[in-house]
Amino acid sequence: MFELDFILGHMNYWLFTVLMMIGLYNVVAKGNLIKKVVGLNLFQAAVFMFYISIGKVTGGTAPIFPTDMKIDPDVVYSNPLPHVLILTAIVVGIATTSLALALIVRIREEFDTIEEDEILEIETEMVRKENQACGDVMGGAT
Amino acid sequence: MVELLVDLTLFFMLVTTAIAITYSRHLFGVVMMAGVFSLLSAMLLVSLDAVDVAFTEAAVGAGISSVLMLSTLTLTARIEKPSTRSPLIPLLVVTATGAAIIYGTLDMPSFGDPNSPAQLGAAAQYLANSPADMHIPNVVTVVLASYRGFDTLGEAAVVFTAGVGVLLLLSGLRRRRRRGDTDEKETS
Repeated sequence: MFELDFILGHMNYWLFTVLMMIGLYNVVAKGNLIKKVVGLNLFQAAVFMFYISIGKVTGGTAPIFPTDMKIDPDVVYSNPLPHVLILTAIVVGIATTSLALALIVRIREEFDTIEEDEILEIETEMVRKENQACGDVMGGAT
Repeated sequence: MVELLVDLTLFFMLVTTAIAITYSRHLFGVVMMAGVFSLLSAMLLVSLDAVDVAFTEAAVGAGISSVLMLSTLTLTARIEKPSTRSPLIPLLVVTATGAAIIYGTLDMPSFGDPNSPAQLGAAAQYLANSPADMHIPNVVTVVLASYRGFDTLGEAAVVFTAGVGVLLLLSGLRRRRRRGDTDEKETS
């Protein structure tokens, strides 16, 4: 199963998977919200390259015809469909990134930090105080 | 052979950049590195024949994205605080996910195979029909704006929604800040 041809033919998928996983690691392991967004962008870019590499044809060229539209039938063109889909995905990606960054600005305004651990701490403290207040109102033991 | 060499070189530069992003705690450097990553991936996309995508990636990934991140940095923090959690569980998750993805690629057609399912479906029809249908040389443009124009309309709707969301989140930022200033003055 693991002959040289197989490895050369599938190596690019594995290499892009490595890139994807570095991005995923940034999303999962880092506490800083901006670092998480950058990690998400890395993951995205790696997925784009993975997807584009499916459309590549050996010996092919970019899917653009000569301007006089005299098409040589011997010329092989790569698959244009993944390119179109990924063009859309890139633009949607920047839209989600900008939304995430706006959320980070609001979080910083509210909590005065963009570290996940500190936000969780503040939120736990808020919930504890709220519960305490509710307990006092209902006449619970202090 | 030369192409393989170029691809591998670009790939190792990409991995180095990604690891540098992971280790650096100066967010300004991280954002710059992300821009470098986008430019390198644009180069790799050119070698994969996706010139339109490379163009967009260079403009959007290295341009607009960096500007947005830098403006976020000026409104928030510049330095990442060291994480207190152990990296063991994330490493485990990442390894498991990576292994699952690689297992999934094992029965995929090999790279550049002209007879793989992806080359035989709608794409072959687009390539064959677009010169007669549209008289536009660039097939990517034809598919984007004509054959799949509704996709692009949907994309515009997504971008519009995101823009409205950003405006709603950030509107009143200055107002709230000014109010906060007066509050502080009153209490002090």
